[in-house]
Amino acid sequence: MHDTQIPARLSRVTKRYGAITALNDVDVALQPGETLALLGPNGAGKTTAIRTLLGIIAPDSGTATLFGKTPRRAANRTRVGAMLQVSGVPATLTVREHVRLFSSYYPRPLPIADTLAIAGLRGLENRLYGQLSGGQKQRVAFALAICGDPDALVLDEPTTALDVESRLALWAQIRGYVARGRSVLLTTHDLAEADALASRIMVLFGGTIVAEGTAAQIKSRAGGSTVRCTSGLDDERLCALAGIETVQRADGVIRLTTHDANAVVRALYAVDPTFTLLDVAQTPLEEAFLALTRTPASQEVPA
Amino acid sequence: MIAQITMNETRAELTKFARLPAYVIPTLAFPVAFYAFFGLAMNGSQHIGPTTVATYMLATFGAFGVVGCALFAFGVSVAMERGQGWLLVKRASPMPPAAYFVAKVLTMMAFAAVIVAMLCLLAAEFGGVRLAPGAWLALIAALILGAIPFGAIGLAIGFVAGPNSAPAIVNVVYLPMSFLAGLWIPVEALPPFIAHVAPFLPTYHLGQLALGTIGPGHGSALTHIVVLALWTVAGAAAAAYGMKRDEGRTYG
Repeated sequence: MHDTQIPARLSRVTKRYGAITALNDVDVALQPGETLALLGPNGAGKTTAIRTLLGIIAPDSGTATLFGKTPRRAANRTRVGAMLQVSGVPATLTVREHVRLFSSYYPRPLPIADTLAIAGLRGLENRLYGQLSGGQKQRVAFALAICGDPDALVLDEPTTALDVESRLALWAQIRGYVARGRSVLLTTHDLAEADALASRIMVLFGGTIVAEGTAAQIKSRAGGSTVRCTSGLDDERLCALAGIETVQRADGVIRLTTHDANAVVRALYAVDPTFTLLDVAQTPLEEAFLALTRTPASQEVPA
Repeated sequence: MIAQITMNETRAELTKFARLPAYVIPTLAFPVAFYAFFGLAMNGSQHIGPTTVATYMLATFGAFGVVGCALFAFGVSVAMERGQGWLLVKRASPMPPAAYFVAKVLTMMAFAAVIVAMLCLLAAEFGGVRLAPGAWLALIAALILGAIPFGAIGLAIGFVAGPNSAPAIVNVVYLPMSFLAGLWIPVEALPPFIAHVAPFLPTYHLGQLALGTIGPGHGSALTHIVVLALWTVAGAAAAAYGMKRDEGRTYG
């Protein structure tokens, strides 16, 4: 597909902050009409990726484009709306004044009444921003992102710090936007959120894309269990058992990751008379990301 | 398009500040109160050289007022908007960056005009200040345009200082720079060692430029304008450096 049709793209982007490499040779392309989630823990490089895409920062190498053009020029950002994680929205302007001002940046904005309705701000338009609740403030941020009727939305952690009700409402608004044929790129550290919204997930960890796929594929790779046990088998024998993905040892305790804990435990009881099960737990997402970056071989964890 | 956005941006800035008592009261009320006290009530009818104190201090407290309005409008507001991320939202939007800065300049000049107008009315009504129409115009123009270099200095502070330290830094710059430059007490009445330092301060040049329009200024207007222009360039360059530096940071 020609690059001018790709709403947002990072091509081989590397960005360093001093000694820290925030993004390392990252390729991301948001396809027209899709919802793409960049999933990763805090510090994975998600915000750097978003800021590079929006032209706020320049990459050290590689290129960022919005519909084939550099995001560093204001005029090239008219087809994209953005929602960033910020707190300093001027408190002494009303909701309507904020929306009216941002609408004027775009060549063909939505009517202000439509923006207010879509973002769920009807009845609040004359309220000063400083008087709004957390959920209402986030709706204003969403309104500022969509007021220009953009073809693509870029949302950085849109539901962080929202209560459940506000989060579900924002999800509905994002889905409504996609239903109109638009594209959405969002970042999240929550697999459930990526699952709920995205048609495709890219997992960003330590500044690199470590996995990519549909929500179901990512969940099957990331959402497994950790079996803690003791066993007389060595790493090679353990890795050979069906269902075991990674093996770690620390202080005589073995930690196995798997997507079928029952089968693994049954197999271990069958082949290893010294096997003792300690516990089975859902793998926390951070560990799942770590697992994705490893080859499925034994890893010695320093005690 | 850009002109329209700049207008909207300016209107939003004016509205934003007008609803912010923490900005409006100190920047508008302090110069007026100081002038009323030191320039009118205390010894307004006495003379400094050929002019009355009321006339002399209209120029110097006028300078004091516009300098404060510029430093706070740029220094504190940019530091806040930058430190808390609002500037990022603006920069991610299609707003032309020039609109943001021009709107801030226009807003600052509007507030400066209000301060100068209030001082002139006070001076004419209660201080018996009488000037030729040309002198009124020159004084008003010097003060309102004279805010620009201090806007640039404020911008530099706003881009270098953190959001919490900016108000303190602005005050540390503003108050001594006004006193040492003879904006509160005439340079002639200051101790000699301070009078020697004064010409190194941009505030001194604005004060003398304003005084020159009504008579008793030192030095040539051209010199003052050149020095103030250099401060403007230096402030803008420091701000541009600070803006560039922000890009290399994970913070903000």
